[in-house]
Amino acid sequence: MINWLLALAQTLLFIAMAPFLLGWIKRVKCHMQNRAAPSLWQPYRDLGKLFRKHVVLAEQASWIFRATPYIVFGVTVLCAALVPLVAVDLPTAAIADVIVLVAFFSLARFFTALAGMDIGTAFGGMGSSRDMMIGALAEPVLLMAVFTMAMTASTTNISEATTYTLNSGLVLRPSFIFAMLGLMMVAVAETGRVPVDNPATHLELTMVHEAMILEYSGRHLALIEWAGQIKLMIYMVLVANVFFPWGIATELTANDLAVGFIAIAAKLVLLGVVLVMWETVMAKMRLFRVPQFLGFAFLLSLLGMLTHVVLETGG
Amino acid sequence: MEFTQLSLYDQAILLLAAIVLFTSFIMLAQPRIVPLIHAFAWQGVWLAVTTALVAYVTDHPHLYISAGMTLALKALLIPWMLHRLAVRLNIHRDIEAVRYPSMTLLAGASLVVFSYYVAIPIVQLSELVTRNAIAISIAVILLGMLLMITRKKAISQVIGFMSIENGLFFSAMVSTFGMPMVVELGVAFDVLVAAVLFGVFFFQMRESIDSLDVDRLNRLREVDE
Repeated sequence: MINWLLALAQTLLFIAMAPFLLGWIKRVKCHMQNRAAPSLWQPYRDLGKLFRKHVVLAEQASWIFRATPYIVFGVTVLCAALVPLVAVDLPTAAIADVIVLVAFFSLARFFTALAGMDIGTAFGGMGSSRDMMIGALAEPVLLMAVFTMAMTASTTNISEATTYTLNSGLVLRPSFIFAMLGLMMVAVAETGRVPVDNPATHLELTMVHEAMILEYSGRHLALIEWAGQIKLMIYMVLVANVFFPWGIATELTANDLAVGFIAIAAKLVLLGVVLVMWETVMAKMRLFRVPQFLGFAFLLSLLGMLTHVVLETGG
Repeated sequence: MEFTQLSLYDQAILLLAAIVLFTSFIMLAQPRIVPLIHAFAWQGVWLAVTTALVAYVTDHPHLYISAGMTLALKALLIPWMLHRLAVRLNIHRDIEAVRYPSMTLLAGASLVVFSYYVAIPIVQLSELVTRNAIAISIAVILLGMLLMITRKKAISQVIGFMSIENGLFFSAMVSTFGMPMVVELGVAFDVLVAAVLFGVFFFQMRESIDSLDVDRLNRLREVDE
């Protein structure tokens, strides 16, 4: 029982921390670019503002358009429940593995793309087609990176894989480095960050994710934005906890949980800085160069798997 | 033997081997001339680091000399010469259109699988710590060949050739802890002389066909048709 409560608390913490993480990323980015930074709480304020506003719906909007924000948010919260944040071995992690996680993400993507086309504006359809292209290329990369991890830990369960890495101590695995780089590149593409997409602009030539959700307003937009923030955090936590699980709580005592929380917070802060540095030095690339970018990410995760077979199992 | 049972140094050797392989892929994916030369230089650096580490772990002091030579020649001198050539030929800003870049990379990945199968019998017979890296070294050789096949510019082909040499050196190092010093010195100076000759060759080529595109050599005719 207490395990389930803890798992619930962890998921809630996940959802609550996600806007904060985005605020941190924005803040570091502003500092890097010599701009005055908004407060760390600004994403919460934005969400609150959107929740208070009325929803403006197009006349042609079908139930898909109205249901999509709830589906996307619900699915993302389910994903957040699957990823160990401060503690491993929680009951929610045992239910589903990482392949389910990938499938959940593509479910959310499917509905966002449908909703983008539902209203019938040009932008929505354009954004949907672009997003499906990126998704079709990003998913194999994600799965390949995950399989590399699964082959090493001989499980597809994230929680068990984390425990495995934690128990094997410091091992310099070439495959993990490649899989991590591939996962990071695909995370950048999937969460719509620079260089694949730019969440901060509404420029019709370049926008992908923003184009799909252009017609949303009020609480619908708030849910979608919040889901996007949670998704970003899920990817960062995946990178942080699967590849550098040190500090995560293995026993459910208050002390361990506190250490786990501090550890994951520190790792996310660091990863945020890495992400910002990457985004600051990269320019947004043309849409037609995205397949090349993701092709390289695929190569990285493929190399991860190959080096696992060639270097780590032989002899 | 399980990977986790190896010592950290042995793991580091395999990790560095993977990084050497990775630089080969970077070269394969890099269409610009100057970053291509830089990637080649980095391959030399990692090769030298790997060699030094192997020398330390397996207690073969003569490998330190090989490492130093690799660093001096393949990481510093030859890239510097190629870079200067590229600037003097005014091609350092050129972008070389690689047809089907993703297909090339996938072909590279399948070459890695192929070299793994080729290396299996050697790996099973060997008792060395570095035996798993033999497949990697074969892959580096084949990737250098693939680079030569897919590129048209003479300078990229030269870099592919040099990277084949890197792979040969690497395979000698991981399979028998280095060639005899005489052979190694000879090869190193051969490569150096080749780099110098290639420089002359580039200028001759540009003189006669006004380009470094090797495909245009096919069109040379004694008599106009």
